[in-house]
Amino acid sequence: MSPIREAFAALKCRGRGGFIPFITAGDPDIATTELLLIELAAAGADIIELGVPFSDPVADGETIQRASERALRKGVTLRDVLTCVARAKQHIDVPIVLFSYFNPLLRFGEDRLANEAKEAGVDAVLVTDLIPEEAQTWIEILVQRGLEPIFLVAPTTSDQRLKEIARQARGFIYAVSRAGVTGARDEMTGDAEALVKRVRSVSDLPVAVGFGISTAEQIRQVWHFAEAAAIGSAIVGEIEKLAGSADLVDRIGEFARSLLAPKTNDSPQQGTLPSRAQR
Amino acid sequence: MKKTQITRSEPDEHGHWGRFGGRYVPEILVAPLEELTEEFMRARHGNNFWRELNQLLRDYAGRPTPLFHAERLSAHAGGAQIYLKREDLLHTGAHKINNALGQALLARRMRKQRVIAETGAGQHGVATATVCALFGLRCVIYMGAEDVRRQALNVFRMRLLGAEVITVNAGTRTLKDAINEALRDWATNVHDTYYLLGSALGPHPYPLMVREFQSVIGREAREQILSASGKLPRALIACVGGGSNAIGLFHPFIADERVRLIGVEAGGRGDSLGEHAARFHTAAKSGGGRVGVLQGTMSYVLQDPNGQIGTTHSISAGLDYSAIGPEHAFLHDNGRAEYIRSSDADALEGFELCAKLEGIIPALETSHAIPPAIRVARQLPKDDAIIVNFSGRGDKDVQLVADLKR
Repeated sequence: MSPIREAFAALKCRGRGGFIPFITAGDPDIATTELLLIELAAAGADIIELGVPFSDPVADGETIQRASERALRKGVTLRDVLTCVARAKQHIDVPIVLFSYFNPLLRFGEDRLANEAKEAGVDAVLVTDLIPEEAQTWIEILVQRGLEPIFLVAPTTSDQRLKEIARQARGFIYAVSRAGVTGARDEMTGDAEALVKRVRSVSDLPVAVGFGISTAEQIRQVWHFAEAAAIGSAIVGEIEKLAGSADLVDRIGEFARSLLAPKTNDSPQQGTLPSRAQR
Repeated sequence: MKKTQITRSEPDEHGHWGRFGGRYVPEILVAPLEELTEEFMRARHGNNFWRELNQLLRDYAGRPTPLFHAERLSAHAGGAQIYLKREDLLHTGAHKINNALGQALLARRMRKQRVIAETGAGQHGVATATVCALFGLRCVIYMGAEDVRRQALNVFRMRLLGAEVITVNAGTRTLKDAINEALRDWATNVHDTYYLLGSALGPHPYPLMVREFQSVIGREAREQILSASGKLPRALIACVGGGSNAIGLFHPFIADERVRLIGVEAGGRGDSLGEHAARFHTAAKSGGGRVGVLQGTMSYVLQDPNGQIGTTHSISAGLDYSAIGPEHAFLHDNGRAEYIRSSDADALEGFELCAKLEGIIPALETSHAIPPAIRVARQLPKDDAIIVNFSGRGDKDVQLVADLKR
């Protein structure tokens, strides 16, 4: 069983949904990224998504755009990101999903990337701007090396394509909660739940819901209908706010813990949860 | 090694010209792209759409445009006769209106009430704002801050036409960043918004669709040159940013093996990455000559060794873009078209030469094609002809050139 499938199997036993934080590699710097990976694992992350910075992140909102810019200003390369994963993986065994746009991977070389990512301890790769129709060679290369290709599905994805994507995907399916780019939103729409239902009808893979999820309350809402919630911009935004603080890593750890297990009396939003979310 | 001459240039059903083109987009955009492809294919194969479009092109935009024999420019070159395909005489002053009208008709058929577009020089933005005013559609134009600065006149024109112009401060603050913002807007507002992309780039069906709407340039030019000179031209020359005016002129001549197709990229002010916008540049540190993926399509993309998209420089905002349309990449690799470059200085020389010798002020984009046209004409006998795509008028650039000369 792959580490990702194992992570989802373990969640079933523990009786809670999965927590999948996203951070941009190299923000604020690559040494801190290594510490953040270790800290997020300690805070209870079930899987971690690690963003490869790119100059033209069309699927990302402003928070992650700025994180990418900061990382690129530090000169962070894909090779640095892999080295960082390898070092962190000496301390943690949480599965890591590399989250990237296609061009940096293409330039690195698809074969070389698959080899070196596997060696570094990467478990899966999600390419934001690569749909399965354009990814046949890519999927073969990954699967051959024992890496899992993760694909996105969106509320706009047709049933026919949903079936095809489910056939190609491994590990889990990443359901985009709503139309738009990454970034925190105050409210969740019904789109995500409807989409997850459609995924269920064509696939047995676990489903993670992401894009726009930023609070402990929203994570719990997601857990009612999907196996895991992915949280990106909220955490990246905290990292941005804490830039330069000596205790940045600890405080991100605290933030992650607060998302995962809010203390009831500390969580003013608790009372406003819809009743089904309190079961 | 001589490459096999191709006689047609059509993508497969997924928009691939060989390995170029395709659809490299976030999943959320696949559905609207499929919807658009269907609508375009339906329109393309029906008569009503073309009847409607041709009437607008004639009565509103001013087609056909003349093919003008530039006698003094020809005499200056001292070789083949130089003809100018006068797209600058179209309503709004550039070839961009051909595509804007075609796509606005599609938007109307698809019942989209809101149109968004990116613009570099502002010509596509003006064309889009114009057709939106004509059809009563809401219009939002994304434009890089750097371009807003150097094309202030066009910004004012767009606002006058009722469009909202949004300044983009991300990244390099030019055309590429404007496209990123437009794509993000589209991903957020897929249900009611039509993305009216202005060049032969982006995900399928845009490169094919924009080419189809711009091919009217080449179809007219082919008939006009045959009736003017009784034979085909020896060469076609056009500037290439994304490549819509060039592919529009080239495409109807693809099967005419003896007609050279010459695209002119922006050589800017130097050979290093960041100093030019020449995607086929092969110099060691130019960042060119590399295939990559940018904004939905696989093509030649200026980039650094880590696959980060390179910055560009050109005196002309309309050529200031890191990637080239995928069909040009295809025509480059199979040798059917040649790509050369003109520097900022060359463009300024072409700008002034054209003004002085022909009484026509070209856009700085178009100006890039003038010096190479003179060189090509010079090597040919006087009874041959070449055609330059005179893609746009230069009013928008007069202030910039005046500032440079001060």
